[in-house]
Amino acid sequence: MSPKIFAKSLDLTFSTNDGPVHALKDVNLDINEGDFVSFIGPSGCGKTTFLRVLADLEKPTGGKVQINGVSPTDARKSRAYGYVFQAPGLYPWRTIGKNIKLPLEIIGLSKQEQNDRVERVLRLVDLQDFENKFPWQLSGGMQQRASIARALAFDADILLMDEPFGALDEIVRDHLNEQLLDLWRTTSKTICFVTHSIPEAVYLSTKIVVMSPRPGRIIDVIETSLPNERPLDIRESSEFIAIAQRVREGLRSGHSYE
Amino acid sequence: MRSLASICVVIGALIFTWYLGAFLLNSTWALDKVKRAGVEISSKELILDTWSQEKPKLPAPHQVGSELWKTTVEKKITSKRSLIFHSWITLSSTLVGFLIGTSLGILLAIGIVHNNAMNMSIMPWAIASQTIPILAIAPMIIVVLNSIGVQGLLPKAIISSYLCFFPVVVGMVKGLRSPDKIDKDLMHTYNATNFQKFWKLRLPTSMPFLFASLKVGISASLVGAIVGELPTGAVRGLGARLLAGSYYGQTIQIWSALIMAAILAAALVGILALLQKFTLNRMGMT
Repeated sequence: MSPKIFAKSLDLTFSTNDGPVHALKDVNLDINEGDFVSFIGPSGCGKTTFLRVLADLEKPTGGKVQINGVSPTDARKSRAYGYVFQAPGLYPWRTIGKNIKLPLEIIGLSKQEQNDRVERVLRLVDLQDFENKFPWQLSGGMQQRASIARALAFDADILLMDEPFGALDEIVRDHLNEQLLDLWRTTSKTICFVTHSIPEAVYLSTKIVVMSPRPGRIIDVIETSLPNERPLDIRESSEFIAIAQRVREGLRSGHSYE
Repeated sequence: MRSLASICVVIGALIFTWYLGAFLLNSTWALDKVKRAGVEISSKELILDTWSQEKPKLPAPHQVGSELWKTTVEKKITSKRSLIFHSWITLSSTLVGFLIGTSLGILLAIGIVHNNAMNMSIMPWAIASQTIPILAIAPMIIVVLNSIGVQGLLPKAIISSYLCFFPVVVGMVKGLRSPDKIDKDLMHTYNATNFQKFWKLRLPTSMPFLFASLKVGISASLVGAIVGELPTGAVRGLGARLLAGSYYGQTIQIWSALIMAAILAAALVGILALLQKFTLNRMGMT
């Protein structure tokens, strides 16, 4: 089976006023269909940049990257992925329901189909009663769930998520992590997930990509052996702790840039 | 209640200052009169005289008030002496000018935001156009349009749109460029067309900017319409009233026309403010 997403000796250099910044250097990675891949590393390690390259929001300066066997631009044009940003990015003049409809209007789905999908994804993220509320009437966690619902309504089989829970508190975060895992199991999407948090990465992923800055590169790829069914207390199991330990060591070794 | 009280205090202070100013400015003439007649007057008579002259340097509020009353309520609106008649003349070219100027301003802003060549070329001209005094260019517009057979309301409307389009261009360029990066990225990931990006993102984001510029634009339109009446020897409109008043030293007439123009401007801006409130409310952006 050919990989869903693959990157081969991917390079990306930003030219800035202070000279070139090597955001990604020689990144090689295969992601299979149905994988839940977390990207973890300190700020500036290129994890967000890598996701943005996949989404065709940044152009690589070297190497090769393919999604579903085509370039990121073609993948974007065929609407192969949904993207969840760090901030909810809901349009304030649209209600939650209308925000979710935004991509559907752009694709040109029928009104009936739009309504069906809105209803379905709102149920998935547990926001049924909020369709006609404006974003400012929702808490931060609910807004982020609405933005996930919007990405889901798109119904692409790849979900790219850039630290979607970064600004939320621990309890809301745990809850959303559980919901996300449920979603992933029931929809069998391929998910790429950027995070700062080691427990979050280990808890969610089938594959953890540890990255390091200056230049942004991959230093370790860990395939986890945790079962797909993951109650929250799996985080106290010895297996979980061992994987977290390996991630931590990877991050530490990558920090030798002083 | 408290805000009402403070408004009354401010208005009271303004009227008091106005009466004081009228006394100070008009007393010279009153004293001259007395001197020439060789009689004595009491200070009470002096004060009353400064507030009731026929051609005062600064008419007192009640003089302007009664002139306004006489020329609005007591005249038929078809009469050449009715201020409502003159206001309507000015208002109609203001509104047409506002419509032309706003449409032009929005179209230019859309062009500037979407096309780099327009961005580089239009803005400097738009700015340069506003550095030319409107009084200098107004007669030329009238003459040029007259030579191709355009007369009446349209030349005045064009002068008024000349003043009005600029704040709309500046505001709308800013507004159409105001979406956050993340909002634009989102549209990019949806592979949205430029029209969809404009219609579903840029335009809604620019609404608060649009209303701010419309408010500036409509008052500029009114100024433009009044100025457009000055150099043309117009006999109708608030501008014509100002001009006739200044020819004959009818300061009371000038001031009542000025007050009328101010009332008109306040009403127009007020209507836009209501429209803004309604629109932004519906958009959930209060």
